[in-house]
Amino acid sequence: MCVGIPMKLTEIRGDVGLVEEAGVSREIGLALLEGPRVGDYVIVHAGYAIQLLNPEEAKETLNLLRQAGILPADPAGEGDDRPGDRGRGPGAGP
Amino acid sequence: MKYLDEFRDPTLVPALRDQIKALASGLPPTTLMEVCGTHTMAIARYGIRELLPHGVRLVSGPGCPVCVTPTDYVDHALALAELPGTVIATFGDMVRVPGSRGTLAAAQGAGARVRVVFSSLDALREAQAHPELQVVFLGIGFETTTPTVAATLRAARDAGTANFSVLCAHKTVPPALEFLASSGKARLDALLCPPHVSAIIGTRPYQSLADRGIPCVVAGFEPLDILLSIRMLLQQRAEKHARVENEYSRVVTVEGNRRARTLVDEMFEPCDASWRGFGVLPGSGLRLREEYASFDAARRFPVEIPPAREPAGCRCGEILMGLINPSDCPLFGATCTPEDPVGACMVSSEGTCAAHYRYGARP
Repeated sequence: MCVGIPMKLTEIRGDVGLVEEAGVSREIGLALLEGPRVGDYVIVHAGYAIQLLNPEEAKETLNLLRQAGILPADPAGEGDDRPGDRGRGPGAGP
Repeated sequence: MKYLDEFRDPTLVPALRDQIKALASGLPPTTLMEVCGTHTMAIARYGIRELLPHGVRLVSGPGCPVCVTPTDYVDHALALAELPGTVIATFGDMVRVPGSRGTLAAAQGAGARVRVVFSSLDALREAQAHPELQVVFLGIGFETTTPTVAATLRAARDAGTANFSVLCAHKTVPPALEFLASSGKARLDALLCPPHVSAIIGTRPYQSLADRGIPCVVAGFEPLDILLSIRMLLQQRAEKHARVENEYSRVVTVEGNRRARTLVDEMFEPCDASWRGFGVLPGSGLRLREEYASFDAARRFPVEIPPAREPAGCRCGEILMGLINPSDCPLFGATCTPEDPVGACMVSSEGTCAAHYRYGARP
């Protein structure tokens, strides 16, 4: 029920907007957002945009995930995962 | 789909899995709980449990608002459905939840007007299109959904729509978390915090759990989000430093959505609420304020509701506390199936039992 998918805001008509993703276009309520702009990605739930998606934060999380993909585990908590530490510790990837 | 597909990249899974395994090997057995129906489904659909080492157990808590709605609410809706000229508008999951004497779907079959909607706004439009009918919307949901209903109520008020009302059973999540953490009943070593509830309430409400030594991570829905969040929780355990972290920072902020919360606060006030499996949790529910009484279906249409009858043998309550797995319930897969459900945990598209049944998840 909490499912909400990121969709791109393509049109704003007062308290109502049009969102689109993967070829699907829908009308949704905008009353819960402050100052949304066309081009923003919003999270759509139960017919309303409930929050904005922050593309910078999305990039950061992806970077974190990709770092996780190349760095070995650090279970002793000796340090933060840092690029350039490849080869340190067991199970270091290629 | 943008901002979804990237977080499903399977090539990144093995490293996360291995890191989780390495962290877990240095820890005592850990029980992680999620409290979001969409997490329940995603975990089952993507086989997340199969990726976890045996020392890490993932249980589902009360994350499905349909599942925690008690039987007498369905009975109330059924009683309203019998009133002449009344349309019950509801999210789809509710129509097959068994009340004491049947479901809304069965009532529809017997002639009652029941309409499935994806949004309370659709229900309002139905009312506006049919001024001769009374439209009652079943207001179920946690903090993600309640603001949408509040926005619809404001639109109804502004438009002067008199034939629209809400039967309110909205609830709030933090009181349930407090109950779980303090009751000593549920094993809760760490918490995967609900993503879209958090988009509304922010991250501060979880601090009281971290203060009790329970690691908290707000986790997105996609498999990589969930795996990364599990890794972060185990890392906190390893460091013996419980705090609130936010993996889903692309949507969730510390502040949450203040505008949404203000709107809810304008129309609703806290009240005690009954949760299936938990009993009454003080201050965990919402009811319409006196100024909005005309939109409250319970106040507007008093009906007689006979005492509720719980289905015999149903163990939804224990499932919702994360105490047992679906396969521990004698009805699971036997007399309780998605086609013929006994309890709400099997009916709801995000119910724990429905997830286990559908995806054959390892308990």
